[in-house]
Amino acid sequence: MASQTQGAIIGIGELKPVRYSTGKTTLSLIAESVRLAIQDAGISKEDVDGLLVGPQVGETPQHVPATVSEYLGIDPNMSNTVDLGGATGPGMIWRAAAAIQAGMCETVVCVLANKNEKGETLRSPNRNPIREFDVPFGASGANTSYALLKRQHMEEYGSTQEDFARIAYWARKNAQLNPDAIFHGKPVEVEDILASPMIADPLHLLEIVMPVAGGAAVIVTSPEKAEKAKHKPVYLKGAGEKITHRAVSQAPNLEGLPFNYSIPRALDQARTNIEDIDLLSLYDCYTSVVATTLESAGLCKPGEFGDFVKNHTFGHDGDYPLNTHGGQLGFGQADLAGGMSHVVEAVHQLRGEAGNRQIPDARNALVTGNGATLSETTALVLGGER
Amino acid sequence: MSELQNISLPGPTITPVSEPFWEGIKAGRLSLQQCDKCEQWIFYPREHCPHCFHHSLTWKQASGRGRLKTWSVIHRAGHPAWQEHTPYVVGVVTLEEGPSLLTHLLIEEAALTYNMEVEMAISEIGPHPLPFFKKQEEMK
Repeated sequence: MASQTQGAIIGIGELKPVRYSTGKTTLSLIAESVRLAIQDAGISKEDVDGLLVGPQVGETPQHVPATVSEYLGIDPNMSNTVDLGGATGPGMIWRAAAAIQAGMCETVVCVLANKNEKGETLRSPNRNPIREFDVPFGASGANTSYALLKRQHMEEYGSTQEDFARIAYWARKNAQLNPDAIFHGKPVEVEDILASPMIADPLHLLEIVMPVAGGAAVIVTSPEKAEKAKHKPVYLKGAGEKITHRAVSQAPNLEGLPFNYSIPRALDQARTNIEDIDLLSLYDCYTSVVATTLESAGLCKPGEFGDFVKNHTFGHDGDYPLNTHGGQLGFGQADLAGGMSHVVEAVHQLRGEAGNRQIPDARNALVTGNGATLSETTALVLGGER
Repeated sequence: MSELQNISLPGPTITPVSEPFWEGIKAGRLSLQQCDKCEQWIFYPREHCPHCFHHSLTWKQASGRGRLKTWSVIHRAGHPAWQEHTPYVVGVVTLEEGPSLLTHLLIEEAALTYNMEVEMAISEIGPHPLPFFKKQEEMK
């Protein structure tokens, strides 16, 4: 198992989330995200010789890397589609480092972006077996799946609606320090979350991410090359990944959820432990994901996240800074790019450029990504020192 | 008439591998595959055992009974055709034989309890008979 620094992030570019992206195509949002990341890294697109992209929902279902390469005007020595749902962003970072270590390329751009137009719902069509065995029963979409997960936690461990609502409360509170967040200027109290409409009981509206248009790109290179970079590099110290199932009906029991493997693996690889992490940048499409992730990370015992969130503070100046950009619950979810927002915020914090939400002396961050219903999970430890 | 009213409830998209399951449902039975080697029961239908990867599975009649692992009361349906039926209940049932499946529950919200005993109740949704589940009746 590798234990040395595996790669370095030298550039980030992120679009300010907007509810609707009228007049934009997904390819143009991809290109703009890449332009910003290249500019941030202080390189030109000719320096990029690797490309990782996501599957494009509703556009270009096949040959995605070639289509994006052509559009950007690059000719990479390595390219691929990474298809891990919300874990795609973090999943790209270690794959980029691995391709560089394998000698296939030197500098990789990892990019995710999506348009979102009013009245147009872009979604992947459900295919078998979910289309055959879930959809006919009235279960389609992520809201149902995450509601089932939340109900199971409440029944098995006695966690309460207030416990989950506190997670959404902190996300919104942190978003007030991020002018790019879709919910900047719109704080909510725990009571507001509990009073919001029930979408799929026990999930309330304000426990669910807002779909937005946006994009994010991250430039990864070798630790050696990163020494000459424009910004202070952010290093990949450890990674863990685990996939356990696809459909929520086939999920393991709560004690077997995949973050129980991927997070400890990332921490072990980085030779660190959870108490030495300065920023928790945890994937939060729903409150129920953060709840089980805190438990999988070993911050509290299984079933006890409720006491943990009640007894600690989660702002940039809190006991456990968590999703200081507002999380996706506060920032908005630009489809797969939402998962990359957790990487981008970790880079801001570890460079020390997070402004009025800067964590004092931030040295290490745990970034997680989660796809389907806690099915595909990736965890990264990022650090400010090699 | 609006376009939405023309959307019919989506039925199962049956494959050659899953056909015996749906034939069983039509005949009022819950049929599941059992692995000829490790003897574990399997859902959803496939041609290889996901436990021991043996490639010979046999269709058998299952009890149709299980316990409720989790549930959700749907107020906003993920598929537009289901919206007029809200609120309704979906859940995951762990079958007596071991596998779990997603289903529609014919149980009032107030009567739903964790691990409650449930049994199959085949229901017709449009032209499609589907294995819904209801509260298990008292054993005679």
